[in-house]
Amino acid sequence: MKLLNRLLPHPLLTLMLTVIWLLLVNRFSLNSLLFGFVLGLLIPVATQPYWPNRPKLKRPIKLVPYVALVMWDIVVANFAVARIVLFMPNSKRKPAWVEIPLDIRTPEAIAMLGGTITMTPGTLTADISAEGRSLLVHCLHAPDVDEIRNEIKTRYEARLKEIFG
Amino acid sequence: MIIDLLITVSLVTGGIFGFVGSFGLLKLNDPMSRMHAPTKATTLGVGGVLIGSMAHAWAYEGHASAHELLITLFLLGTAPVTANFLAKVYINQQTKPSDLPGPGACALWATHDKSEHQPPTEQPKA
Repeated sequence: MKLLNRLLPHPLLTLMLTVIWLLLVNRFSLNSLLFGFVLGLLIPVATQPYWPNRPKLKRPIKLVPYVALVMWDIVVANFAVARIVLFMPNSKRKPAWVEIPLDIRTPEAIAMLGGTITMTPGTLTADISAEGRSLLVHCLHAPDVDEIRNEIKTRYEARLKEIFG
Repeated sequence: MIIDLLITVSLVTGGIFGFVGSFGLLKLNDPMSRMHAPTKATTLGVGGVLIGSMAHAWAYEGHASAHELLITLFLLGTAPVTANFLAKVYINQQTKPSDLPGPGACALWATHDKSEHQPPTEQPKA
């Protein structure tokens, strides 16, 4: 079991690299599956120092609805931002900084929340506080700062908290 | 016929959103807001072109193509990182801690916290 852990420090990463290799080749064959798997074995070992801990996923299955929700929000975000860019005069637009206090603590969850915020309606992650307890978010148009903070916390952070535990 | 229509619609949608992203760079008037246009409008711009490309490969070249899915994956993975780097440069060069809302329980935002990066002060030789 220990040997298996040494050889396969990140099973999920191995799986992901194999699948990415198959997609790169763009045609399924046993050759590319094997070569992808070899890459999936070697790359995690070679990059081991950058991944000291295995990220813990408490309920990985909940990632699926989360990704679907984010995809949908990205499409909506595109229309919302396009409308602001095209039709709202700069003098009426109210850009603002928002501070989001964080309840999640694991680096993976925070990175994912930051990415989600950047990709969704009119918000962009700019910075994290020195001790990792809150995120600094820039809003393109924020008539009500508290509403945006609440939406991010209930819509994304609560779900990520369930996923990463 | 229908597949042609689908390809056309997705290409035109992609083009329009790509245009909106570039136009936003010109129109918006402060550096932070200017970053919103390319990070968001462009995702659907590129997405539209990719859907068109997938439909074309499937209908005319007779095989499903997965490269577009990979492009989407890498785009979603890298766009937030670029935006974050640009934002950090802006915070570092153009703002003071007093310009931003306080970071809750902590004293400073990470970019302003330079304590770890200061070069070691030289000890006077005895």
